[in-house]
Amino acid sequence: MDHRTEPERFVYLDYAATTPVDPEVAQAMCGCMTAEGVWANPASTHGPGRAARELVETARAQVARAVNAQPDWVVWTSGATESNNLALKGFMRAHRKRGKHLITVKTEHKAVLDAAKWLERDGCEVTYLVPGADGRVDPAQVAAALRDDTVVVAVMLVNNEIGTVQPVAEIAALAHARGALVHVDAVQALGKTPVDMVALGADSLAVSAHKCYGPKGIGALVVRRAPGVVLEAQVHGGGQERGMRSGTLPTHQIVGFGAAAEKAIALLPTERARIAELRALLETRLGAIPGASINCPAAHGVPHILSVSFEGVHGEALVADLAELAISTGSACSAATPEPSYVLRALGRDDLTAAATLRISMGRGTSRDDVEFAATRIVAAVARLRALAPAA
Amino acid sequence: MAYVYLDHNATTPLDPRVREAMLPFLDQSFGNASSLHRAGRLARNAIDGARAEVAALCGAEPGQVVFTSGGTEADNLALHGVMDGVMGEAGAAPGRILVSAVEHSAVLEPARRLARRGHPLELLPVDGECRLDLAALDAALFAVQSRGPVRLVSVMLANNETGVVQDIPRVAERVRAAGALLHVDAVQATGKLPLDLAALGCHLLSLSAHKMGGPKGAGALVVDRAIALEPLLAGGGQEHGLRGGTEPTPQLVGFGVAAVLARAELPERTARLLALRTRLEAALAGIAGGVAIAAAAGRLPNTVQFALPGFDGAALVMALDRKGFAVATGSACHSGKPSHVLAAMGLPVAVAQGAIRISLGLTNTAADVDAFAAALTEVAANRPGANWT
Repeated sequence: MDHRTEPERFVYLDYAATTPVDPEVAQAMCGCMTAEGVWANPASTHGPGRAARELVETARAQVARAVNAQPDWVVWTSGATESNNLALKGFMRAHRKRGKHLITVKTEHKAVLDAAKWLERDGCEVTYLVPGADGRVDPAQVAAALRDDTVVVAVMLVNNEIGTVQPVAEIAALAHARGALVHVDAVQALGKTPVDMVALGADSLAVSAHKCYGPKGIGALVVRRAPGVVLEAQVHGGGQERGMRSGTLPTHQIVGFGAAAEKAIALLPTERARIAELRALLETRLGAIPGASINCPAAHGVPHILSVSFEGVHGEALVADLAELAISTGSACSAATPEPSYVLRALGRDDLTAAATLRISMGRGTSRDDVEFAATRIVAAVARLRALAPAA
Repeated sequence: MAYVYLDHNATTPLDPRVREAMLPFLDQSFGNASSLHRAGRLARNAIDGARAEVAALCGAEPGQVVFTSGGTEADNLALHGVMDGVMGEAGAAPGRILVSAVEHSAVLEPARRLARRGHPLELLPVDGECRLDLAALDAALFAVQSRGPVRLVSVMLANNETGVVQDIPRVAERVRAAGALLHVDAVQATGKLPLDLAALGCHLLSLSAHKMGGPKGAGALVVDRAIALEPLLAGGGQEHGLRGGTEPTPQLVGFGVAAVLARAELPERTARLLALRTRLEAALAGIAGGVAIAAAAGRLPNTVQFALPGFDGAALVMALDRKGFAVATGSACHSGKPSHVLAAMGLPVAVAQGAIRISLGLTNTAADVDAFAAALTEVAANRPGANWT
């Protein structure tokens, strides 16, 4: 435990790291968590097994609908990290004859970048594109990088640290014209911005339940069923998910994901508008701090993620000063590493600026009052730290 | 009479105490365990606690536990983690893999995949009671050095279909003497048998939560400190870099509580299940033409495999389902296919085809067992093709 006294008020503004399970979602899950409920192994052929299978298939349709896919495109996984691994390794392995070239972006999530690194050790060639200062990849960069032996172009729909929305549809059209497959990490997009897999032109799409008020530990890789879209499975065994991913299906988790996806899509228009207003307020308040810079302007990003860097402030000291706010400097996955965000460094920020960055991410539980409170605290903390140690 | 579930080797219902422990982590303490703020620290503490409990269940150190999405992933991580590491080094020689012929497909399938990548795979035979042939193990480990050194041996602790328990300490002795690594799939034994990493003598141990009243979608690979494993899921650096992905706090908390309960209640649970099993076996012995499979071998206290030669196991499962009883042909994963386990045991085809698995659980009663035996007796009286015998 902290030896400091814990502050009274605690405002959670880290919805990009994870979200609470929605009460209705939790209720749906609980229906699979009691002996009276539906809890059997969906692979069993007896009555209880068939009942579980039915719920799994309902959830499959719910998740498919949320991204405009067909139900039989959905492959359940343990989460987005597994989905991204399955897509990258699975496509590269299955298309060895075509080539060994993968194109991705320096600002992708670690799940994609670490899988790409693994593939490099496995003999693949990876081109890492460097986006512009606002995080956006220019489709022309992709066009220039595409080769005849390019198997996959992997690009995320929404960046998890700064919120940039990539021009995925344009990139996909270019990739397809050269015969390459397109994988899209849509983890931060689901429920935050419309995700239409067909319109995007994605051959595979990684999604996760816990970023949209569903349970942690369940995700999906949605894979278009079409000639040439072939994937080699990465987890082998009982042959569940048409052999694409073995392992007993966690009924309660899947049911939770289905319910969460459905609700997130239903709430999307109103929530998006509400959060956009909060973001505008926050951006105005924080943008007014001298030496503050917004890392991705609202026009190019999703409303719920606001990333701000402060000149002349020590990043760690800033976060320590804001103990009443649950916010992060970058992604939660990289939180344990002391290095400044690789995303911001890839965008050309120097180490000090990258370290002095806050990612504030809003969600269903965020009120106007929360945002005012956070803004006031951040303004005060920056001023206090600058007064203590004036920038050289 | 209410529907009776007798398929606990496929999965078990959540223990209500496990569920109660999980629920607050769904919407109250919901932080991402990798976050440094208070919400994250709360989740991290809960996961650390669960890790210690799972470690205690098998006599390991918390630092040896790598949480996974379940037994299948744990098995895949064990096999690929060891063998991909071997192949990762440039010019490294392939290593032989020995796997018992009765392993779960979560071991057999990755082993076959590794074989396709150039690691010679040999299946170790079992006897008619599903017990590993130790002489064949010796021969594979020591007598055929010309084939190159054995790198990895995988033998399950308890078979999911027959319930037969292998003599792992004696397997480990041999494997260690040969300088190879031993992986033990203890998924079906989790919470049903006492587990002790040191006594078992293995290097890698797969566990699963949902076979002992824990949640589906949580498992672990327990790893000897001396082993350098290659991760299966890259990204994020969680689980000492061995398994990327946001930790599912409620799931892991549930696993931890299920482990505590299993450890505390093991003697009582074993006694209850064994009494029910004995009662069931006595009743089944009265069915004319029935065959008790692997009856002479040491088995899990809850598992009975029983065949009615001349019947089709899948049809038996459906007939019993209509009468209100859930049983299985073999593994739930393979519903419909002939069992590779029974084939490896050399059982006659008619026995293998007519086999069903009855796996008892903690909510079953003596009345359940009696009613089931009566139902099966009735079904057995209507043998298809009455001229079969």
